[in-house]
Formats: sequence, C-alpha cells, structure tokens
Amino acid sequence: MKIDRANPLWRFHGITPMAIFFFAYLYLPIIVLLVLSFNENRLATIWTGFSTKWYSVVLGNDDMLRSAKNSLIIALSSTIIATIAATLAAMGMARGRFRGEGGVAAMLTLPLLVPEIVTAIATLLFFIVIGVKLGLLSIIIAHTVFCIPFAYLPIRARLDGMDPALIEAANDLYANEWQAFKRITFPLLWPGILSGAMLSFIISLDDFVISYFVGGAGSTTLPIYIFGMIRIGITPEVNAISALMLIISIVFVSISFLIDRVRY
Amino acid sequence: MSEVVISARSVSKRFGSGTHAVHALDDVSVDIFQNEFFTMLGPSGCGKTTLLRLIGGFEQATAGEIALEGQVLNDLPPFKRPINTVFQSYALFPHLTVRQNITFGLEMQNISRPDAAKRADEMLELVRLSQFGDRQPSQLSGGQQQRIALARALAPAPKVLLLDEPLSALDLKLRKEMQIELKRLQTETGITFVFVTHDQEEALAMSDRIAVMKAGKILQIGTPRDIYETPTHRFVADFIGDSNFLQGDIKQNGSHAVLTLPGGQNVSLANVDTGTRLSQTATIGIRPERLMLHPAGTSDSALRGKIADVVYFGTDTTYHIAIDDQTALLARVQNRDGSTMAYAKGNDVDISLPAGAIRVLVD
Amino acid sequence: MEIFTRHKRFWLVAPAVIYIGFFMGLPLVQMAYVSILERGANGGVNWGSFSFDSYISFIFERDLMDNLMVNTDYLQIFLRSFGLSALTTVLALILGFPTAFYIAMQPQKRRNMFIFLVTIPFWTNILVRNYAWMLLLRNGGLIDHFLASVGIQTGGLDILYTPYAVSIGLTYTYLPFMVLPIYASLEKLDHRLIEAAFDLGANKRKAMTRIILPLATPGIVAGAILVFIPCLGAYVTPELLGGGKFMMISNLIGSQFGAARNWPFGSALGFVLLAMVLLAMLVYSLKFKKLPEDAS
Ligand SMILES: Nc1ncnc2c1ncn2[C@@H]1O[C@H](COP(=O)(O)OP(=O)(O)OP(=O)(O)O)[C@@H](O)[C@H]1O
Ligand SMILES: [Mg+2]
Repeated sequence: MKIDRANPLWRFHGITPMAIFFFAYLYLPIIVLLVLSFNENRLATIWTGFSTKWYSVVLGNDDMLRSAKNSLIIALSSTIIATIAATLAAMGMARGRFRGEGGVAAMLTLPLLVPEIVTAIATLLFFIVIGVKLGLLSIIIAHTVFCIPFAYLPIRARLDGMDPALIEAANDLYANEWQAFKRITFPLLWPGILSGAMLSFIISLDDFVISYFVGGAGSTTLPIYIFGMIRIGITPEVNAISALMLIISIVFVSISFLIDRVRY
Repeated sequence: MSEVVISARSVSKRFGSGTHAVHALDDVSVDIFQNEFFTMLGPSGCGKTTLLRLIGGFEQATAGEIALEGQVLNDLPPFKRPINTVFQSYALFPHLTVRQNITFGLEMQNISRPDAAKRADEMLELVRLSQFGDRQPSQLSGGQQQRIALARALAPAPKVLLLDEPLSALDLKLRKEMQIELKRLQTETGITFVFVTHDQEEALAMSDRIAVMKAGKILQIGTPRDIYETPTHRFVADFIGDSNFLQGDIKQNGSHAVLTLPGGQNVSLANVDTGTRLSQTATIGIRPERLMLHPAGTSDSALRGKIADVVYFGTDTTYHIAIDDQTALLARVQNRDGSTMAYAKGNDVDISLPAGAIRVLVD
Repeated sequence: MEIFTRHKRFWLVAPAVIYIGFFMGLPLVQMAYVSILERGANGGVNWGSFSFDSYISFIFERDLMDNLMVNTDYLQIFLRSFGLSALTTVLALILGFPTAFYIAMQPQKRRNMFIFLVTIPFWTNILVRNYAWMLLLRNGGLIDHFLASVGIQTGGLDILYTPYAVSIGLTYTYLPFMVLPIYASLEKLDHRLIEAAFDLGANKRKAMTRIILPLATPGIVAGAILVFIPCLGAYVTPELLGGGKFMMISNLIGSQFGAARNWPFGSALGFVLLAMVLLAMLVYSLKFKKLPEDAS
C-alpha cells in the first residue's frame, strides 16, 4: 500500500488506538522489568530508589556464573556447527532443482514445526537409549538441531537474492569454482551467514525447555538457573538477571538485523 | 576475415528429458571468422542465448562440437576458455569497485597487479569512464554500467566476446549511442564479437554477418545485404523488413518459368533461379519498394490489380493492392518533388516485378 | 548455470539433513515406537512388549478390579489446551490485525522499524517474558497498584495462577506471529482497490469488510495457524503464569518424564500432539500452497 496518510480517506476508526495499545502491551512488561531491576528495595515490586546493587549481587553469584558459562559453551558450539551445516545446505539448495528437493526442504524446516516439548522428550528418550550421557554434550547436540533452520533461512534468503549471473561472470573471467566462491559468493553471503549465526546463538542461549529435559547434573544453563530462581519466588536478584538476559537478546538481535541489512 | 575462430559442428542442445524435453538447438552448424561482428538474430525462444552459452561454456552440448581455432572446447569449463561475456544484466560484482571489477579477470590469470592496474586504466579510457574507477557499480547509471561490463570483459583481451542482448535494458536514445560505441570498440580492439539480439534494425546496422534463427535452427547466414536482398526462407524475408509473398504453381511457359496465381494471372520468372521447384507450389517474395506501378494497360507483362488502400507516410506512400481473391500486394513508392499521388483508391494498376528482386523462398 | 552440479549439491545438503534426520527424525520415530510399548515396573519401558495402554489410558483408567473406567482428567487438559489456544488466537487476531493494518499504512522506512519492534520480544527469553508478567499480575503487583491508585480497590487481584493469566501470557508470547503474515498480505494489497470500493459507494466499514479483510485472508489464516499451533505446545507459560495448576498438553507430557515416570504415556501424548501439528500444517500447505517460510 502506498497512501497519503494525511488524506482523511485513509483514517479508519480504532486502528491507531489499537496499534498503540498493541505496542504498549508488547513493551510494558519489558520496560517494567528493566526499571524494577534497578530498584533498591528488597521487595521486588515496590520502588524505593535507584540502585545497581542487585546486578552486583547476581554477577557475584558463583552458581549463576557457572550456568552462564555452560550456556555460552553450548550456544557457541551449537552455533558454529549449525552455521557451517546451514551454509553448506543453503548453497546446495539455492537454485536449480534436484530430486528429493522438497523432502530436503521439509527436513531443514522440521525443527521449526515440531513442538518443543516433543523434541525435548523424543531426544531425551533417544539419548537414554543410545547411551549419550546427559550433560553439556547432549544439550549441544540437541540445540544444534533447532539452530540449523534459524541459520539456514537468512543465508538462503541472501543466496536467492543473488544474481546467478554473478557466478557465471566470475567463471567467465577465469575464476574456478573455489575462486568464485571465495571472491564473489562468500563476500556477498557473509552478512547472511553472520546474521544467521547470531540468531542461532540467541535461540540457543535462550532455550529452556529442551535444555531442561536433555540436560543433566552439572549442565545447568542460565535459563534453567533462572527457572529455578523464579520457582522460589519473585526477588530482586531474578529481576536483575532477567533484565540482563533481556538486554543481551535485544542487543544481539538488533546487531543481527543491522548486519542483514548490509546491501551493496 | 578468413580465419575461422569459432566453429560449431552439428550442435544440439536438449533441456530436460522425456516428454518435457525442450530442443533448444537442433543440429546447428556455423563458422565465425576472425575479427568479425557476428550477430544471431531471431524471435524469442529460438535458441540464441543457448548457443551463446554453449560457446561460453555455461551449458554443455547434447550433441556436436564447438571448436575455438580448431581446438574442441566441449569439455573446457568457462574459466578455461579465452572467451568473455557481456551479460544481459551486466552482472557487475556489487561489492567490488569499478576498477576491481575490471581487474578481476586479469588477477584470475595471475597477471601482476601493476600490469592489471595499467590495463584497467586503458580499459576505462577505452569506454570513456576514466574518472569512475573508484565508484561502486551501484553508483553508476545503466549506460555506464553497460560500458563497465564491456570494459571488464575486454580487459583480458579474449579471442571472442559474447554479448547477449546487451542493449535491451537501455532506453532508445542510449541504445543508439551504444550501438555506435560497440561498433567502435569492435573495430578498435579487433576482437571477434558474437552478438545476440531480436531487434532486426540493430542487427542490420551493426553486423558484418547475421545468422537468422528459428526454433533451434539457423535458417540463413549472410551479410546484412544478403539477408535483406536475397532471403532464402519465407521466415527470413518476413522477419527482416516488410515483404510481399505470392503463392502459386511454378510452370514452364515456353522459354521461361512462370508462377500462376490462384486468380489465373502469371508472374514471369524469367532470369529467376527457381532451383528444383518446377511444377510445384511455391512462394516467391519481393520487397514493397521493388514493385513498380504503372497506369492500367500500359505494361503488358505485368500483373493487374486494384488499389484497395492508400497510406501516406511523408517520405513515401504505401499502396495496398488486391490482385485476386487470395493475393494482395503492398507497394511502397517514394514521394519526390511533391508529386501528387498518382493512384487513388479504386483505380486499376499494372504492377511489374523486376526479375532481380524476386526470390523463390523455402516455406 | 547452476552454482554447483548435482552430486556436489547432494554433499552440500547432506550434513544438515543427516544431522537433523539422525538427531530429530530418528528420535521422533523412536518416540512413536515407545508409545506402543509397555510401561516398565519402576519407570522406563519393557522393550519388546507391546501395549496400547498409553492410548487407552488417555480416556480410561483401570480400577483395582482391572475394569476400565472413564477418566476425563486428561481429556480436560486437552480441551483446556485447545480452548486456551483458540482464545489466544482470537485475542491475537483482535490485537494483531489493526496493528498490521496500521503498520502497512506507514511510510516505507517506518514500516521496517515497526516490524522490527514487533519481532524483538520474540527473540527474548521466554522465561523472562513470562516473569515480567508475573511482576505485573501478582497480588500487590503493578497492575494492582495502578488500580488502587485510580481508586479501584481489588483487595488482591487474584489473577496470577489462573487461566486468565495463562491466556494473557500466551497472547503476549505468540502475538508477533499473527502480525507478520497479516502485514505481509496487507502490504501487497493495492490501495487502488480500496479507492475503487470508495468510488463505488462503499463506506469505510464496507471497504474493510468487503475488500480489505477478504484480501488479507491468506495472511489471517497463516497468522492463526502460526499462533494456534505453537500455543498448543506451550510449556513455560502455563508452568509460570498458571503456577503448575493449569496444565496444558506440554506440561502433562513433561510430567510423564518427571514425577509420573510413564514414558509410554508421555510418548503417546507427544505423538498425538505432533500428529495434530503436522496434520494442521499439511492441510494448510495443501490449501495455501506455500508456507510463509521465514516469519522473521
Ligand atoms: N535452463 C533451461 N531449462 C529448460 N529449458 C530451457 C533452459 N534454457 C532455455 N530453455 C529453453 O530453450 C529454448 C531456447 O531458449 P533461449 O534462451 O536460447 O532463447 P532465446 O533465443 O535466447 O530467446 P530470448 O530472445 O527470449 O532471449 C526456449 O524454449 C527455452 O524455454
Ligand atoms: Mg535470450
């Protein structure tokens, strides 16, 4: 739609108030949480003054730091594996048809369709049966599965937007397949790859359900740790650590979107 | 203009298989000479691009051979052929500057950086865009991008340059300019150009020789003059310029052959090469400007017709003339010295067909 | 020319496909298999002894005399899941459509910013999002305070740990999935069609119901599916905002691998949930050809 909004013709009743309500509903909880995380009071929801003390309390908590470290190890490992697999798959899938293409595409998006809890218990049973010890490794394996589509989609979108004649032009100008990849495809693709990797990273870092079921003793991730704390009660510590998670996610996603907007 | 550079021998190309197979090229043979501006002309889907891509190495022939200076190329990938392409979409690398685009091919051939830089300057000079070397392709106009695509393809000094409708994305004025520019570049560099277009005017104006294609086959190869003056096929005569077609039976009539029209009138084919078509149904073609009109009854060896319509075009006048129920002719007469229109609608006229202008055509 | 030839393509897609096949495809098949096995004496399963008990116990339970008696506990959880998902979908549509319409009417630059704003919460941690609602909804929480300050004494809102809280949380969680596809279809809508409707005498309400809504239907259907399906599988929201008292299917499944230790039953439930999701997707993709692949 390309319209002149100053024209009263396009004023539909109730649209603007509803949109305002929508964004308020969407952002009110986030803003409240961020504000309360700086509340000095022990009672988590009564504002008495500004303070960053709960952040120091949380950042000085060894259990929390251990779980954060676990989360980082898991997110990094699964992101790296998933991004490599997704990049290769996107290049194989872009353009040109082949037999079984539909099946392959379905397989690549399957992790997005299957409900989390089903993935979680199916993977848990599988690990028990084939004898994978429940711990960091089992979580990494499981996270990589659902990170693949998140990395795959932006990379594939980039490739589809690329003029196939560019590769032909490189070949025409004496670049062999590898040189064409290195000099043309990859430089044009990297924003997609990086963006996909960052989305994978954040999805893995944020995951709770699957880690909760396929993890074991000693592989507590940050979300699992937070879940435990929420279960106990609403406390300023939970406010601070939740706010931290929130900020990390928002920063990461913003960067990822900015990178993906890089166009030549 | 004698040495063969590219030679295609009975080349066929099929896409897909079974019932979905498309025969894009069907037993095509052609020799392209050193230093010529060779054009492939034909309607959409006739296989022009396919032939060009086979020469460039982007597709593999289903049958037949393509040779460069006598050496068969079939199994050579594009990056091993001393042939460069100007792509229809230009395909300039968006993340490289204009200069980096031009030196790309040189670097891939391991030419030293200083030499490559020098060559890039020469090329920028050649296409008259010297001051644009450090721009990104996205900062150039369509016509400028076109020239850079040319400079990039010419930089490695290929033996052959392939151009697939390189001008189709430009507006009319720019197109005319680039036609002249292309011709100049071809003369200056002495490189063989293989050019694809479906614009007949463009083909006539620029080419040394033209191959007219239809449905995966080459119908005729010749100079623009050959193609226009002596078309071999009805399709060729029809595709390039306007043409009259007369259909009838060829018979021997005393010393020479004649074509008998459905209405019974005879066209004399004295001094016309009828080949082996004697006593067969045949089509002859003649250009509208080659017909000569005379007032009725003043020319006895001519066809008699009735003026059905007169259209005034400024430089010339076109007469639509009915010969019989199934035959109509178009005659174009130049308007000189403000002469009044000699014939009006409804007049009878005699039309003579000079033997040198009549072609017996393959349908 | 294709970037890579066919056999090379195969090797390129192979790692991802084999990986997902092995670590997701196989486990799902195995889950289906476990669902028809007999439950082990103390948790686990008896491999090799088949039983349809899991599917039977979905509706019936055995009393001490081994008679089958109807037990609607599980059925209730299913119905609640469907009900909550349907309610969430409707709420999301009521909020999402006007918002999508609003965004589609903005100048191009601002549209992208709005769309980005819609997607951001999706990428944040789901526990954190639900926790934020706990802060708002609990007794003595912010909404309570607000109501008190405008003179409405609730004497405790008592909304946290109720289906209402769960519903609010679910709507919050899945709202972006409603806005994006509707926006996509509205954005493509040719505004001249609406002008034509006005020209032919339609007022705004008529233009909305006769032109805009019908043309946005594919987006609305896609949005409804994208909300309903993941909602059905929600785990965290009922756990936190329902306080564990208002189980949905996922929580029931999860509990079979925790305290209840009934793997075959959990697997059967998981299989049923999966089947429903895949079936919905299949019907949808047959009817509407192509899924909106990339919702982000
Ligand atoms: N990759 C392909 N797969 C299947 N069929 C193809 C392919 N490329 C070309 N064809 C078919 O081969 C025939 C010739 O195509 P080609 O592109 O050579 O035509 P063209 O003469 O260049 O036409 P145009 O003037 O429209 O560019 C067409 O029928 C086309 O549909
Ligand atoms: Mg073509």
